[in-house]
Amino acid sequence: MREKQTLTVDVAIVGGGIIGTAVARELSKYDVSILLVEKEAEVGWGTTKANSGIVHAGFHEEPGTLKAKYCFPGNQMYPKLCEELDVCFRRNGILMVARNQEEWDIVQKYYQRGKDRGVPVELLSKEEALALEPALSSDILGALHAPEGGSVMPFELAAALMENALQNGAQLLTNSPVVAAQVEGERKVIETAEHRIEAKVVINAAGLFADDLAQMFGDDYFTIKPRKGEEYLFDLDTKDMVTRTIFPVPTKVSKGILVIPTAEGNLMMGPTGDNIEEKEDLATTRDGFARILEGAKSLVPGINPRKIIAQFAGVRAASDRGDFIVELSPNVPGLIHLAGMESPGLTAAPAIAVDAVKLVEEAGLKLTPKEDFEPRRKPMVRFRSLSHEERDRLIKENPAYGRIICRCESVTEGEIIDAVQRGARTLDGIKFRARAGAGRCQGGFCQPLVMAIIARELGIPLEEVTKRGLGSEPVMYHAKELLTGGEGQ
Amino acid sequence: MKQLSVDVAVIGGGPAGLAAALSAKAEGAQKVMIIERNHELGGILQQCIHHGFGLHRFKAELTGPEYAQRFINELDDTDIETLLETMVLEITPERKIYAVNSEQGMMEISAKAIVLAMGCRERTRGALQIPGSRPAGVFSAGTAQRFVNIEGYMPGKRAVILGSGDIGLIMARRFTLEGAKVEAVVEVLPYAAGLTRNVVQCLEDFDIPLYLKSTVIHIHGKDRVEAVTIAEVDDAWNPIPGTERVIECDTLLLSVGLVPENELSSHAGVKLDPVTNGAYVNEHLMTTIPGIFACGNVLHVHDLVDNVSKEAERAGKYAGRYAMGTLQKPEKWVKVVAGDNVRYVVPHEISLTEPVEFFLRVQRPQDDVIVDVGGVRTVRERSVRPSEMLNIKLTPEQLQNFTGDTFVIQVKDRKEAEQSA
Ligand SMILES: Cc1cc2nc3c(=O)[nH]c(=O)nc-3n(C[C@H](O)[C@H](O)[C@H](O)COP(=O)(O)OP(=O)(O)OC[C@H]3O[C@@H](n4cnc5c(N)ncnc54)[C@H](O)[C@@H]3O)c2cc1C
Ligand SMILES: Cc1cc2nc3c(=O)[nH]c(=O)nc-3n(C[C@H](O)[C@H](O)[C@H](O)COP(=O)(O)OP(=O)(O)OC[C@H]3O[C@@H](n4cnc5c(N)ncnc54)[C@H](O)[C@@H]3O)c2cc1C
Repeated sequence: MREKQTLTVDVAIVGGGIIGTAVARELSKYDVSILLVEKEAEVGWGTTKANSGIVHAGFHEEPGTLKAKYCFPGNQMYPKLCEELDVCFRRNGILMVARNQEEWDIVQKYYQRGKDRGVPVELLSKEEALALEPALSSDILGALHAPEGGSVMPFELAAALMENALQNGAQLLTNSPVVAAQVEGERKVIETAEHRIEAKVVINAAGLFADDLAQMFGDDYFTIKPRKGEEYLFDLDTKDMVTRTIFPVPTKVSKGILVIPTAEGNLMMGPTGDNIEEKEDLATTRDGFARILEGAKSLVPGINPRKIIAQFAGVRAASDRGDFIVELSPNVPGLIHLAGMESPGLTAAPAIAVDAVKLVEEAGLKLTPKEDFEPRRKPMVRFRSLSHEERDRLIKENPAYGRIICRCESVTEGEIIDAVQRGARTLDGIKFRARAGAGRCQGGFCQPLVMAIIARELGIPLEEVTKRGLGSEPVMYHAKELLTGGEGQ
Repeated sequence: MKQLSVDVAVIGGGPAGLAAALSAKAEGAQKVMIIERNHELGGILQQCIHHGFGLHRFKAELTGPEYAQRFINELDDTDIETLLETMVLEITPERKIYAVNSEQGMMEISAKAIVLAMGCRERTRGALQIPGSRPAGVFSAGTAQRFVNIEGYMPGKRAVILGSGDIGLIMARRFTLEGAKVEAVVEVLPYAAGLTRNVVQCLEDFDIPLYLKSTVIHIHGKDRVEAVTIAEVDDAWNPIPGTERVIECDTLLLSVGLVPENELSSHAGVKLDPVTNGAYVNEHLMTTIPGIFACGNVLHVHDLVDNVSKEAERAGKYAGRYAMGTLQKPEKWVKVVAGDNVRYVVPHEISLTEPVEFFLRVQRPQDDVIVDVGGVRTVRERSVRPSEMLNIKLTPEQLQNFTGDTFVIQVKDRKEAEQSA
């Protein structure tokens, strides 16, 4: 076996979800060396790519929790952050609807909670709510409206945060699961198959596997329990049906089944909240679908399941405290846990990242702000949202923007090449960054074309192009290979 | 932005677009243009390398590319202009077309008449909501066909095919011939959805099992498909507990239906028929927007390309006339209605004064029937099935005998009909 390469850094972050990438970007404002280590082929593929994408308003959370502490401040950071990073985000607002008197009492409780925290909220009569959202069920009594709730493309945000952190000097290792960890004097050492990484501070942002990583350090004071949520995505032509995210009143364990206009505008419905055994069980189920459809229809009766184009599941990393864990390990000096990130972890991430920097300082690192920090990444070209004239000009500059690859979402070759240059390595990476294959035909037409572009740009054979990392190659053999003995039976 | 104007613009250069352009030209239209996304003409036919095309039209068993080539050769002898690698992004009710390619950039094309010939896309796993994980190895059958026949790659070596539509049947044979093992073809209906000849030539000849009244209820595998669970279904298509069976495979092909690609049309305001998912058309194959015509798979899903060509020739002819200002408006339009055991009929309106050709599909299989066409003609059929489109012509003389407000086409049991007569 080859000897492992040793890398020495100030801060090693394990896990490139929204938490890890937000922390990497926040830390890259300071003069420290940062290395983010991610087990998958790209960042953002854990829970971060499979959730509701809601930037919560901040009225839901139980007072006194870390969820409450970080949610509203996180929400308030989104507009600037997404503007700097050119990420698809809109403040479409949130409605929590009451369908009977009992629910109305609950809605009023949340209204008060929002008020107490300074969250902009208002109570709407049935007529007012229906005037805002005519597709709502007419069986409602009234609703709570939080205009600052929003929707974001979560994967896009994680990718953008990482890209910007890299611009500002951070480093990234992908395809690198951390398999061992120990403390060696002042240093913490983490190991992947190929690297031995020595760091002054290690940040545990390993999502569902945060307890496993902690245990590698001999730290076992918390556990993570997986809870699955299924989501069903509709065709873009559902765009004008509902504008605001529609919530029922919450149940004991979850915020309930929602109708969610995504940042792009098409509707989604979900999620379920089911305790599961296996952390990577991402299967959707018949039963989950039935429950979601029933829940969504009770809010928006006109929802048409025939317009569904895709479904997926994400797994929440619920800690045994029922709250976020944002702290220095009491047992291992210099180890910071950012774990238990159930909802609203996505919303809270920017605010948590700010506190993570404070924890790094508490751990003994001296941080001086960089003078040349660049908060912006290179702007994205989104062909579909340009005017005809803008398109024409762009194509004259670069003809690759004149070749449409994904016809459902009007994604050009230029955008796909750009996505590869920004770090996409796989079909899913292209889909989540550039939307090629994310539309109604789900890549039926463009998959062969996108694979050919990835292969060409990376200089690899087509059969090495993957859907989402090693082992997920869509095409396995050359034509005739099975007949000529090679692999055939 | 470049500005162009033409008499007839045809969107899509598949068999429908080719035939429509040729016939618009033959009718006398001056400037005819085909706009095609792909780098070559021929549409989906270019990947259909099996034979079986053109039996009706050319009395020959051609492959898809050979059938297309006959039209492309004809086109070469005309001055019909073709814009390849050019995608139409938008059409307006005023018949302006916005198209893009990498050489000319954005173009605004004003057309006196437009023929929609964009074909269709395949239904996906997402539309079916098949439960399970989301590994690589799940393909629509047409995508797999493209990988094998055009790109030269085999997706996998052990496949299950869901849906017994023609593309699925053809791909079962293709995979087998390429050395892969097709473990099963699974169909939710009590009968095969594709043409009988394809069931015989693609499954039976290769001993590939066909499971009827069954479906895939779960996809297994983290990175790559590892297996699927299939189960029998009841009449409401719910899986029957206890009938589950796991089949190991690395590939799942879906051949579960085609959807006409009408995003451009509906954006322009063309009214669509919710049954066909294609435009609502009169006997000129003109949509609800004057000067915009439709034909081929974008109008309704065809099983035989010969019918596509025929239909497209009519659309091209009338589009040509419209562009020249010679298309006569009839005094009135009579609505055509799908009656008993008829799922849909195209066209949706007729004039009663010109010869008309109906394309229709039945709702369910039925044996020994007569098709009653508006009470002016009856056609006897030994058996009718949803997979096989019926095609009935009427002359103006026959149409003269029609009385009433709506023209109903219905399928009747022959014996019952004769008894009551
Ligand atoms: C169905 C659902 C809906 C949700 N909806 C919302 C919502 O609308 N709004 C909201 O605010 N929040 C929502 N959430 C919560 C939100 O998605 C999470 O809080 C957030 O994504 C957590 O991010 P993370 O970075 O902690 O975890 P992850 O995204 O899971 O990131 C952890 C990363 O660590 C990597 N990793 C793990 N182990 C190792 C290892 N040993 N070595 C290297 N790398 C490793 C993983 O590959 C992964 O990339 C939802 C969650 C679910 C499941
Ligand atoms: C896999 C398969 C097997 C078949 N087997 C047989 C058989 O054995 N025998 C038989 O008779 N028939 C068969 N058929 C049916 C026959 O091929 C089709 O009915 C016929 O191809 C439909 O022709 P079309 O021109 O309407 O559509 P298509 O062939 O799909 O052509 C549509 C064209 O429009 C272009 N286009 C779409 N949108 C745009 C846009 N916005 N801008 C520019 N261009 C656009 C597309 O690129 C395409 O070239 C088969 C079909 C398939 C899919």
